[in-house]
Amino acid sequence: MTTATATHDAHHDHHHAPSGLKRWLFSTNHKDIGTMYLWFSFAMFMTGGFMAMVIRAELLEPGMQFVDPEFFNQMTTVHGLVMVFGAVMPAFVGLANWMIPLMVGAPDMALPRMNNWSFWILPFAFTLLIGSVLMSAFAPGHPAAPDFGWTFYAPLSTTYGPDSTDLFVFSVHMMGISSIMGAINVIVTVLNLRAPGMTLMKMPLFVWTWLITAFLLIAVMPVLAGAVTMVLMDRHFGTSFFDAAGGGDPVLFQHVFWFFGHPEVYIMILPSFGIVSAILPTFSRKPLFGYASMVYATASIALLSFVVWAHHMFTVGLPLAGTLFFMYMTMLISVPTGVKVFNWVATMWRGSLTFELPMKWAIAFVVLFTCGGLSGLMLAITPVDFQYHDTYFVVAHFHYVLVTGAIFSIFAAAYYWLPKWSGVMPSKLLGELHFWSSLISANLLFFPMHFVGLAGMPRRYADYALQFADYNFWISIGGFWFGLSQLLFVAVAVRCAMKKGEKAPANPWGAADGLEWEVPSPAPFHTHETPPLIK
Amino acid sequence: MATDKYYIPEHGSPWPVVASVGLFTTAFGAAEFIHQSFNPDSYPGAWGKFVFMAGLAILLVTVTLWWRDTIRESVGGLHNRVLGGSYRQGMMWFIFSEVMFFGAFFGALFYTRWLIVPWLGGAGNNAMTHELLWPNFQSMWPLVMTPDGRATQAMEAWGLPALNTAVLLTSSVTLTIGHHALIEGKRGRLIFFQFLTVLLGISFLSLQAVEYHHAYTEMGLTLHAGIYGSLFFMLTGFHGAHVTIGTIFLIITLTRVIRGHFSADNCFAWEASAWYWHFVDVVWLFLFVCVYWL
Repeated sequence: MTTATATHDAHHDHHHAPSGLKRWLFSTNHKDIGTMYLWFSFAMFMTGGFMAMVIRAELLEPGMQFVDPEFFNQMTTVHGLVMVFGAVMPAFVGLANWMIPLMVGAPDMALPRMNNWSFWILPFAFTLLIGSVLMSAFAPGHPAAPDFGWTFYAPLSTTYGPDSTDLFVFSVHMMGISSIMGAINVIVTVLNLRAPGMTLMKMPLFVWTWLITAFLLIAVMPVLAGAVTMVLMDRHFGTSFFDAAGGGDPVLFQHVFWFFGHPEVYIMILPSFGIVSAILPTFSRKPLFGYASMVYATASIALLSFVVWAHHMFTVGLPLAGTLFFMYMTMLISVPTGVKVFNWVATMWRGSLTFELPMKWAIAFVVLFTCGGLSGLMLAITPVDFQYHDTYFVVAHFHYVLVTGAIFSIFAAAYYWLPKWSGVMPSKLLGELHFWSSLISANLLFFPMHFVGLAGMPRRYADYALQFADYNFWISIGGFWFGLSQLLFVAVAVRCAMKKGEKAPANPWGAADGLEWEVPSPAPFHTHETPPLIK
Repeated sequence: MATDKYYIPEHGSPWPVVASVGLFTTAFGAAEFIHQSFNPDSYPGAWGKFVFMAGLAILLVTVTLWWRDTIRESVGGLHNRVLGGSYRQGMMWFIFSEVMFFGAFFGALFYTRWLIVPWLGGAGNNAMTHELLWPNFQSMWPLVMTPDGRATQAMEAWGLPALNTAVLLTSSVTLTIGHHALIEGKRGRLIFFQFLTVLLGISFLSLQAVEYHHAYTEMGLTLHAGIYGSLFFMLTGFHGAHVTIGTIFLIITLTRVIRGHFSADNCFAWEASAWYWHFVDVVWLFLFVCVYWL
């Protein structure tokens, strides 16, 4: 594709990476900022995971064991918030930071200072949020942390919200500011800084999916800001948005929230599609089966995501016409999603497949994400949803798309690009252990949730009826196993960061295509300072 | 343009991380300010207010210094046309995000007017809702009597709000005349018309202050007056806040016009302030039609 490797070697590196704390605090380098995002996201993944362990410990056996129900509610709430806003989204932004400038031949992100601001807001926002949990757990008499579920439905968050709700509101404002600025940076980098010759329809699919994701972020994060603002006003300033006595309606909250919330779901999966569409062709040694159809399918999913939000609300008593509209629109999403899944399968069909670590994660993604997609289709059917609503079936569904979907794709991306980031190959032994251990435990953890959900076990309860005891025991075992398995990834990542392992060539996967493989491994501090040639 | 190289601050910048500290201080201070104001029994002390104000001060100073840096870079010839494109696109997407923020409140307005209030009044299949909850409730818009009996008055469109519409529309015209003057390089004309725009912006805000005072003291139209008051003040209030920001932005670019920072092909900040102004103007037109008039 280019001769960038040669020019890089010849080009004497007069820009040394700045050193010390300032390098990270004052950074304007997309690679350093990407690295910070990725470590932050992993720290949040472990934090949110720890909360999940508390939940699973309490649910190991029926009856109350370790925590009181109030604290259990705080755990489910903050686990969700931390995983969505702290783990999955920042991981994707970190990947975007690292890879998009490399992939489109740009010298850096378009707005480097704003890029650093987007990152540095996050640790402060999560200090506000997690601080309220620590206070609640360790400072006696201190008010509870947010306990209304990550969806913070009114009136749980308004009339009945604990005092910490206000800290939660402001931390969500901050996360929103961070996401919007990050998304603006991605869009502008993609639209304005592509190397000459990198036409839109030549862009890697990871770039395409992130471009569309960024659009979704800019469109819906402000709506979330509106929702938390209305909550704050209702709580303290006498407004009646969610209060029927003043002419408002608690259901209004759900509309505003899910207008954000459903596109948010795709924000957390579209970049995964891009990652998998990069990895499968590499290890199948075949180009992607249908590039253009992938682009159009991604755009269709994004557009449809704006007209399906009320499928989260089938049981609140919507008018029949509305219910039907949202049901059919939701089922329509399975068409472009099917286009994607068939595309991936057709890419692998009759390819010269090899099963290196990224490929293993990517194949697991295709299979298990499809599983989560199918349970989503079941939930889309209104009368069926009446049965499934707020049961563990829903929990199973969204953990299949978010854990074995989004998180698995993030691991796939990490194993795929770690050689480029660190210059060394991730440990095969640890990686294999991490993969198989995660794969088996995740299914032990999430698959039985379908059954207890169908049998009627409600979500977000600290206790359950006796007939669910056996399944819940095994779910909890799967949970602890999955949680512990992630320590293996700590070892993989730390070894790479310490440059321990086999040295990686510029293109360690051989058949990998794309500008990022044209620069040396590890990628130099500055890349593409002069635009690469694109044939 | 001065350079082919895309400008990336070589030695980084302290402002992003300082601004994050500012945001955190503001947010934490605001939460404690609220707790100490509304719940003094559980939250003794009055320091939240000062933490909040300190946070705002940090943000203000940071933004000033951050902008000072970029202005110096621009004046120093470090920016090029591609970077100008990034700035312009970034500003456009920022305005789009603002549109979506107002969209949330407009959505709440339409949902309230078209669905909630009629349903509370028994429309559709909600006869029993009406009968069981508030049988005396009358569905109407503006909602001047809430289900639980709080009364207010509706804001008349064709008085002060119509005047304010004229003020804001005129300000967009004067700003556009200024824009043409900028393109033609007539700085004196630009300064005059931009100054006029700022004056019109301040007039708008003053008239809105009069309107709010009238609403609160004479009409019983407050944040506490039910959903009509909630939507009225949140929509017009956020708009007013944006007019305030827009006016400050115009004042900053006006001082830069006076210093001769801009030319027809190097005027991103000026254009951004103008776009922002037109954006708040368009939002107002929607407000006037949907909140005041219809």
